[in-house]
Amino acid sequence: MGASDPTVMTTQAVDETGEGSSRILQTRNLRKEFGGLTATDDVDFALEEGELRCLIGPNGAGKSTFLNLLTGQLEPTAGKIYYDGHDVTDLPSYERVDRGISMKFQVPSIYEGLTVAQNLRIPLQQVADGDAFETRTREILERFDLLAERDTVASNLSHGQQQRLEIGMAMALEPTLMLLDEPVAGLSVEETAEIADLLREISDDDGVALIVIEHDIDFVESIADRVTVLDQGSIFREGSVEAVKSDPEVKRIYLGEDH
Amino acid sequence: MSVGSSDGPLAGLRRPFEGPNTMGNTPGFWLGFVVAVAVLAALPVLFGYYAAEIGAVFLAYALLGVSLAFIWGYCGILSFGQVVFFGVGGYAFGVVAINVPTLTGATLGLLAAIAVSTCFAAALGYFMFYGGVRNVYVTILTLVVALVLYTFMGQTAGGEWAIGDARLGGFNGMSGVPDLGIGIGSTGLEIGIVAHYYVTLGALVATYLGLRALVNSHFGYAMVATREDESRTEMFGYNTTFIKFAAFTIGGAIAGLSGVLFTTQNNYIDPSVFGITAAALPVVWASVGGRTSLLGTVGAALAIQFLDYQLALSGSEWALVIIGSLLVFVVLVMPEGVAPRLRDIVVDYRSSEPTPADAPAGTEEVSD
Repeated sequence: MGASDPTVMTTQAVDETGEGSSRILQTRNLRKEFGGLTATDDVDFALEEGELRCLIGPNGAGKSTFLNLLTGQLEPTAGKIYYDGHDVTDLPSYERVDRGISMKFQVPSIYEGLTVAQNLRIPLQQVADGDAFETRTREILERFDLLAERDTVASNLSHGQQQRLEIGMAMALEPTLMLLDEPVAGLSVEETAEIADLLREISDDDGVALIVIEHDIDFVESIADRVTVLDQGSIFREGSVEAVKSDPEVKRIYLGEDH
Repeated sequence: MSVGSSDGPLAGLRRPFEGPNTMGNTPGFWLGFVVAVAVLAALPVLFGYYAAEIGAVFLAYALLGVSLAFIWGYCGILSFGQVVFFGVGGYAFGVVAINVPTLTGATLGLLAAIAVSTCFAAALGYFMFYGGVRNVYVTILTLVVALVLYTFMGQTAGGEWAIGDARLGGFNGMSGVPDLGIGIGSTGLEIGIVAHYYVTLGALVATYLGLRALVNSHFGYAMVATREDESRTEMFGYNTTFIKFAAFTIGGAIAGLSGVLFTTQNNYIDPSVFGITAAALPVVWASVGGRTSLLGTVGAALAIQFLDYQLALSGSEWALVIIGSLLVFVVLVMPEGVAPRLRDIVVDYRSSEPTPADAPAGTEEVSD
């Protein structure tokens, strides 16, 4: 794509996203096909700054594909992604990260062979140096309750600690949007509550917008501002947790009577 | 253990070279290192001219091994073709130095050889990494390039295969390559056999220290992160394609330098440097010594080549079989190599002592 002229991108972006000034993310007719399968079907999605949105839907609804399109891990077949007023559709992943998009994968994908401090250095050295680096390291370790584990090799951490480390690493880049794919899968009840508090705090206090893919509806209820239901690659419902939860159509697709 | 802290004598001096990405961050390690370098430096004095002649070749091999340990151990790029840059460097020096007589030629030859091998590595790295070639395919592709060069250089025996006065010579090789030297015209420094040994040793020590500083820098962390998980690292804002490209190019430049030091020692180079046996050697050294240990690879290169030489002297035709068996044995018993295993033993030993171990434990084989 020839969108190399920044002024053109900006003008275009204002046209597309100008209506909501605090809108941080917008997709237009975003589409991804794998062979004959349409995993993402002309999705128009919008997210406000600092909003915590949960993405739910039955297996195969295209949730992870949608997230991977946002990070740049997958290239869309058609459509556009606007972030912070700019067209980022053709940017590689690492440039999207520079613009503030941060992602936590489904499985804790920390660097298992490295210590906690070494893990944290990898994102942090991108944004801080010298004394600021030391201060930030300490702050993040304290905030995510990992100070005592500073020199522990990451593969020896508990599952909950690994999840916290990964969220801490994502936060080290001071993102404006964080994407999380099933952050509490396989965690205990206590650990789940801990992560829920952490995510609420990141949204409320740090003003980071979040998109969280989650199956556990109780967890969704405890954190989400709004919920988007995906089904067969397109947006099925969108609204408050209560509205979505009580919608008989949503229940129906979850029970699979639709198919 | 507090990884990365530098306490003890000369902490300030040591700091740039220390960090969790290298083994051996203690005063004891550095003492051993200095002793080992001193022993290496004393060899020509103790054993004379002949030791310098043979030793310089081993040291040039060790430098080649370091170039592989750097890209394989730290960035996860297993190149089976480090000898490509080694050989290209050697031939490039020969062509320039034969055509331009006097010290000017030797100086230009050195610069040209490093430039040519660096550019070759950059070009190959560009097409591989920006073309999406990954993992084992990098290994296969680099080996294929080495074998193509082996075949190509082998058929250059005819008189038409000459660049100026430099005849490529096919499998007979290119002979009459001048010694290393620095200067213009006849003023400057001619580097004879003993001096050549010290230049090679100096290049090896300087490269080792330089790479230690590099792998403990921001770039080194980016390399290690890319090795551990490339897509994750990209999601932290790193251009991992460029990181691999840059590391591979640096590795190629070092291999090119080692090729010049090798060629100027022998005053000769032939296509066997591109052959499959030669191509396998750096991989053997790094596997045995430990690819994540630059010094382990140096030790393994020196030890294995010395063993190979002794076996050849004794008239044994079993050198390759014995070295192959050694590789199989080490890979089975110590998959990470000798140096990382030694480090683990020292760490275990220190942590079992009643006194608190305040510094990161580490050692590497410095017996050579």
